Amino acid sequence: MNILFDERLDGTLPAVDKDALVTHLTAHLPDMTLLHREEDLRPFECDGLSAYRVLPMLVALPDTLEQVEALLGICHAQGVPVVTRGAGTGLSGGALPLEKGVLLVMSRFSRILDIDPEARTARVQPGVRNLAISEAAAPHGLYYAPDPSSQIACSIGGNVAENAGGVHCLKYGLTVHNVLAVNILTIEGEHITLGSEALDTPGFDLLALFTGSEGMLGVITEITVKLLPKPESAKVLMASFDDVEKAGKAVGDIIAAGIIPGGLEMMDRLAIQAAENFVKAGYPVEAEAILLCELDGVEADVHDDCETVRRVLEAAGATDIRLARDDAERATFWAGRKNAFPAVGRMSPDYYCMDGTIPRRELPRVLKGIADLSATHGLRVANVFHAGDGNMHPLILFDANAPGELALAEEVGGKILELCVEVGGSITGEHGVGREKINQMCAQFSPDEITVFHAVKAAFDPLGLLNPGKNIPTLARCAEFGAMHVHHGNLPHPELPRF
Amino acid sequence: MTHPQDQHPSQDARTLPARDHNASEALLERVRQAAATGTALRLVGGGSKGFYGRPVVSETLSLAEHTGIVNYDPVELVVTVRAGTRLADLQAVLAQEGQQLAFEPPHFGENATVGGTVACGLSGPRRPWAGSVRDFVLGTRMITHDGKRLHFGGEVMKNVAGYDLSRLMVGAQGTLGIIDEVSFKVLPRPAASATLRLEMGLGDAMARLAEWGRKPMPITGAAHDGETLHLRLEGGASSVANTQAQLGGEPDDTAFWTQLRELELAFFSRRHDDRPLWRLSLPHRAPPLALDGDTLVDWAGAQRWLRSELPAATIRQHAAQAGGHATLVDRDRAHGVDAPFTPLSVVMDKYHRQLKAKLDPKGIFNPGRLYEGL
Repeated sequence: MNILFDERLDGTLPAVDKDALVTHLTAHLPDMTLLHREEDLRPFECDGLSAYRVLPMLVALPDTLEQVEALLGICHAQGVPVVTRGAGTGLSGGALPLEKGVLLVMSRFSRILDIDPEARTARVQPGVRNLAISEAAAPHGLYYAPDPSSQIACSIGGNVAENAGGVHCLKYGLTVHNVLAVNILTIEGEHITLGSEALDTPGFDLLALFTGSEGMLGVITEITVKLLPKPESAKVLMASFDDVEKAGKAVGDIIAAGIIPGGLEMMDRLAIQAAENFVKAGYPVEAEAILLCELDGVEADVHDDCETVRRVLEAAGATDIRLARDDAERATFWAGRKNAFPAVGRMSPDYYCMDGTIPRRELPRVLKGIADLSATHGLRVANVFHAGDGNMHPLILFDANAPGELALAEEVGGKILELCVEVGGSITGEHGVGREKINQMCAQFSPDEITVFHAVKAAFDPLGLLNPGKNIPTLARCAEFGAMHVHHGNLPHPELPRF
Repeated sequence: MTHPQDQHPSQDARTLPARDHNASEALLERVRQAAATGTALRLVGGGSKGFYGRPVVSETLSLAEHTGIVNYDPVELVVTVRAGTRLADLQAVLAQEGQQLAFEPPHFGENATVGGTVACGLSGPRRPWAGSVRDFVLGTRMITHDGKRLHFGGEVMKNVAGYDLSRLMVGAQGTLGIIDEVSFKVLPRPAASATLRLEMGLGDAMARLAEWGRKPMPITGAAHDGETLHLRLEGGASSVANTQAQLGGEPDDTAFWTQLRELELAFFSRRHDDRPLWRLSLPHRAPPLALDGDTLVDWAGAQRWLRSELPAATIRQHAAQAGGHATLVDRDRAHGVDAPFTPLSVVMDKYHRQLKAKLDPKGIFNPGRLYEGL
């Protein structure tokens, strides 16, 4: 549990008199919902990374921007840390509360302010669910492209804070490519707008800087996203392989043929079996790997591309290729992939989802490394992979009730991420660093690079009150936990059994 | 990891990409000296975009010798290149593999470099459909104010670890650090392309574009010169042919897009017209602005070029009311304007200065290039 906030390593947090703060906030913000009793705080003790739980000092649930502004003003004046949270679906602990901090929950800002089909934009409050934007845009033939697998529940404010992805990133980009503007409240209570409906703004590209900054530079209060016309046609090919490496090579062959698929996903044998047992998607359970290749766009091009991809897959040694006959079968093919996480969840009491990215050419080496780690640590690992853009989601199966297994899963996860960095990749492609990967940041970035990150933070939040401890580790933390990652030296918990 | 030279050993040396020359150490040394003595540095690549910004009066640091493609793997859709590499050289290497920089950057001169392209953050006619320079930057190596060479982002499609320093460098005009190397996402060139001329007024053109914009059509260029809508279609052979048949119009010279991108159409010529040239960046559906002068519309309405004698404040006020901003593009420095870019609001200015103070505390990188004192 060495990722929980530790003032010795992560910096001292101001001591706040909780009762005095409650009295002050209640006096100044009588209409704002403020939770302070333990039983009321309990539901907010974790986000989607539920293995880690911290009871916040207070939970604020404002309804108006004026309340957010006043709350920030008071926290700024009194030196109280603020952790902003949306729907709480994040997988990296980006909204993990602080014992000495206020949890600012933006979920009541859930209004779609404007869908403008002429401009092809949606202006929304941060608590609006990702999928709700596409649903509201659908009558106009438009949609919002980034589709994280939690899109039914996750909110757009959190998507911007984490720069969320999805299965269509290679062609349609991440959140950063699909947001036109955000309104921000600074910790000092200033309103600023970054970006615009025009395609550029004067000065620095602060919109890009704030996207993915995990609530550490400001609080997002409104977002304008770009809407795209729905593709006229979408088709999915499913190819089976008797060898994972052949499937990996086929991915490169499709790209080399000049095709950028809308989605290109790979699953290994364990993931295929889990998904098939769960949703009966018609997956070939005897295959070592499958590829799902979605081609979308103008009908005539999709038809031509399907033929090209089929030829490429045949040449790459696919043992079976199936084209979804209709939209129903296409949805079924995708259902297996989109339910892969819960499907794996049925095979094991707990699982730990990783989010590393790699250059695709390194896939065989990384998969072998994962298999070796799985064997030496005695934990099964299922692999689902956004193959087109090199974003891996190894799912480590474990039992949190078995003594030491969580720590063992963390250790395997940490080593997988270090392997991703070693081959030239990143510790996170779309889930964010949050608190989960705070130690692995020390493997990806040098102390000098981390110092620059802290400088950027200080330019916007000199007192370090916004989401302290997330995303960027202190050098002290890297000295304590980072050295072993860089040098592959001693393990963090030598007392743990290894088998 | 492949290198173009390895793949085409027999090729004429003159068509090969820029000399593989890593000048990082020399650059770092110059920065350390400048930091020690508090000397400001004017960063120069090919010198093709020196006009795009305020003059910087200080010692020159040339990046032109820092050249070469560090890594290019077409199947990964990633290329990493040193900042001083000529843009044309990079594009030639990508073209050999059937790939391109999809944001279609303007050159403004044969010596335009990759570093200057990223620093100035300019994108060409395809921008509304494909994305801008920053959308294709995956990572950078940058030289910091204290003479360190640091790596942000990377050579993978998705990387959300830490703050996005790489994209922050785009358009910052070298005021926050020196771009040493850049990794771009590259894309296949479209299988088919067609350029059409459709005779119609601006109002009709904007209405048609708004309608087409809600449909999945293979449009990647849309400019109106006052009489004619120039439309580019790119995509698969079938969709381009079908759309062309559906829209009609006259086939047009594809060189139009190059001339538009490079500001070489007659509209931009100072011989024809010596009024100042303004670039208006506006929401694409903004109605025509009531400003005296001649307008050429690009980016389906989101970028409008204006030749006008009106005062800067008037032009900027109209642009701001329409939801955008106005930049003076003075290629010959004929108009001697001190503030080419729209001034920042008080709060934005404060955070720009605080960021500059953190990343370049001694103010050695291109001081004043974007704004006075920044």
